[in-house]
Amino acid sequence: MNTLTKPSIETSCYHCGDSLPIKPYNSGDKLFCCLGCKGVYQILEKHNLSAYYTYNIVPGKLGKKNQQKFDYLDESSINEKLIDYRDEKISVITLYIPAIHCSSCIWLLEHLHQLNPAILQSRTDFLKKQVSITFNHNTSLRKVVETLSSIGYEPLISLQDMVQKQQADQSGRKLVSKIAVAGFCFGNVMLLSFPDYFGLSELESNFRNFFGYINLALSLPVLLYSSRDYFSSAWNNLKNGVLNLDFPLALGIAVMFIRSVTEILLQTGPGFVDTLCSLVFFLLIGRWMQQRTYHYLSFERDYRSYFPVAVTRLLDGNEKSVPLQELQIADRILIRSNEIIPADAILLKGKAKLDFSFVTGESAPVDKVLGEIIYAGGRQLSGAIELEVLKPVSQSYLTKLWNNESFQSIKDPIKTFSDKASKYFSIVLLLIAFSSGFYWLGTDLNRAAAAFTAVLIIACPCALALSSPFTLAAVLSIFDKNKLYLKSTAVIEELAKIDTIVFDKTGTITNPDAGDLHFTGILSQEQKQAVSDVARNSGHPLSRELVKWLGLSPGNDVFRYREMVGRGLTGIVNNHQIRIGSASFLGLQTIVKGSAVHIEIDNHYCGYFIAAQQWREGFKALSGQLSVRYDLHLLSGDQDHDRRLLSPFFPGTQQMKFRQSPQQKLDYIKNLQKRGKRVLMIGDGLNDAGALRQSNLGIAVTDDINNFSPGCDGILDGKAFGRLPLFIKQAKDAVKVIHMSFAISLLYNAVGLFIAVQGKLSPLMAAILMPMSTITIILFTTLCARYYARKNKLL
Amino acid sequence: MNMIFILIGFSMLLALIFLIAFFWASKSGQNDDLYTPGVRILFDDDKPVDDVVKSDEDHQAP
Repeated sequence: MNTLTKPSIETSCYHCGDSLPIKPYNSGDKLFCCLGCKGVYQILEKHNLSAYYTYNIVPGKLGKKNQQKFDYLDESSINEKLIDYRDEKISVITLYIPAIHCSSCIWLLEHLHQLNPAILQSRTDFLKKQVSITFNHNTSLRKVVETLSSIGYEPLISLQDMVQKQQADQSGRKLVSKIAVAGFCFGNVMLLSFPDYFGLSELESNFRNFFGYINLALSLPVLLYSSRDYFSSAWNNLKNGVLNLDFPLALGIAVMFIRSVTEILLQTGPGFVDTLCSLVFFLLIGRWMQQRTYHYLSFERDYRSYFPVAVTRLLDGNEKSVPLQELQIADRILIRSNEIIPADAILLKGKAKLDFSFVTGESAPVDKVLGEIIYAGGRQLSGAIELEVLKPVSQSYLTKLWNNESFQSIKDPIKTFSDKASKYFSIVLLLIAFSSGFYWLGTDLNRAAAAFTAVLIIACPCALALSSPFTLAAVLSIFDKNKLYLKSTAVIEELAKIDTIVFDKTGTITNPDAGDLHFTGILSQEQKQAVSDVARNSGHPLSRELVKWLGLSPGNDVFRYREMVGRGLTGIVNNHQIRIGSASFLGLQTIVKGSAVHIEIDNHYCGYFIAAQQWREGFKALSGQLSVRYDLHLLSGDQDHDRRLLSPFFPGTQQMKFRQSPQQKLDYIKNLQKRGKRVLMIGDGLNDAGALRQSNLGIAVTDDINNFSPGCDGILDGKAFGRLPLFIKQAKDAVKVIHMSFAISLLYNAVGLFIAVQGKLSPLMAAILMPMSTITIILFTTLCARYYARKNKLL
Repeated sequence: MNMIFILIGFSMLLALIFLIAFFWASKSGQNDDLYTPGVRILFDDDKPVDDVVKSDEDHQAP
């Protein structure tokens, strides 16, 4: 066997790092795998930007992508929606560029002005993969986008992403401001309270009032600004007849403030200002932990994210880009190669070869003939076609799914443990407060008031309110490191309650790119090389798989290469005529199940390749582990030729459903839920979107987290698929940790209450007890979550 | 001891200035992206990097 390594000359593309073909493209002494990479290099070289290659080795991420057309960006109606700011001189736009992945990208994107002098400034946000570009009007948005596209950083432009962008930042910033105010006041109040806690001598007692008034003044911003959300939330919930944790919190804050005001004004004591400020400060930090996102993924995507912004309309032979929503019935539209069909339409002209993979998950392209109806969502693969629109975009087959009732109604907010527990907590708290108040009422009015307020203050469930956010935030970041990205912390609790798991087939449990091929027949090494050389020229998924499976580097030149779209390839290599394709293409009569690729060399039949589905890594082990405790189901949009292979994983034939439409998938989940099941749906394509949405918890599996995922609660990287049982285990452990920390904080509350009911609670005790319980909880939850993660091998 | 009134006044003022500075930073978006600026500062000035490398070599070989 030839295992000797080749001499280490350049074997990979200088730009993208792909292996080089036999005859690489070169520019100067640099070698490239394709014209695209070479083109980008030459552009950068010309504009003095070759430092791009010095920050990282092979920073490029290009490939032979087809360039999109950006004509529509010249349309002012579309333009206006995309641009953030515009005046007479400049425009500012923020673009989402999925290709951003390394520091070279940042460098290059911030030196765009060298490529196009009309670009004044460009700023990259690496984590969000966004670039904000300021340009003057010597150029246009379209030209800016084309510049980006020419160097391999094509922005993803869709209307939905644009709308979302503007709303995002504000709430996060506001919360941080509230924390800052609370922290500022807390720090100062604590310092000013110390003298009182340590005891002031008679000499210094005139400071007492002074400190008291400053404390009171400092508590005002905390009460009115920082803690406002707790009051409004408690009030809203009370109006709806719900008792949640915000109610005792708001009550505690209010009582603390009132008691502090009376004590300070009547000069009877220092009040509870210190405790009040620390309480709000810690609570807000808990809230921030809960809201914090470790990633910038979109979980709310619907069809608008996948559809183009505009489409080319033909009117009296003229082409014009129009925004999608202006498309009307009977409009004639032009779809070019690689564009997506936005509405149900009839094919009028051209040869349609459509890839519906993002609707159905099925990767094999579909051919359509003139006059056939083409449903929205397909991507045209070969040449331009003309269509007549049958239904407006909003009523097309694909979009109708989103108009389904399950999309109209907002999913029930997940009932977390703390929501349930807080109801009882609030009732018990009020009972204790009133009974201790009444108990002292007969003997001592002051003591009754003291006891009543002290109970409400000390039982203020700060530690309780923090146990969930801190545990869940810790788990969320652990999941993040393991490539499961969840929408919010509440999802973790839901994950722990799951008892039924439904899988989609194509793309979810089958690996989309590692289809396992089997060859039946005889091919010599030389013949294999020839087949690989011919197939290398084709973009068809099966040809690409064939090349990958053969694993040979490019060899000889192919002459007279021809591709009959969707049928087969021919070419001449070393004077041998190679024909690769379907049975009908080769004029064969064999009946082989599944998609077979037949090979014929010099009119001699050599055999066929058959593509068998290959399960995603770890699926076998995973289904074994999960089937013990969970009900496993399979929903597939495909034919059932894999039924036999799958049946060991899904016991009982009624658990596997094939040929399911998106609507049927949704209904299946609904039925399971009616039987009281809590369903985890794992899917990938847009065809699963309904089911993902309907299920208690929808997780989308994807191999490139920035690329594609329908609306869901979580996104799972394909590489982490096998860890699913561990994730569920960890979620269950997280709930356990929450229960334990609830017990701890209740213990603290009991100690405090014991003092409070006697009316003996001093501000100093409150000032010690409250932060101590909080810090205990923070430490306990974080450490515990990490301990379990280590036990579950997630850390 | 009356000095304390003034000192506390000053300390509050100072803390307030920092709070306002934080607000300004937050409002101008400095906390929005905590990653990219750290990378950005490591980039060289707009000079073809080949030249920079050469000039370094010149220094090393006097």
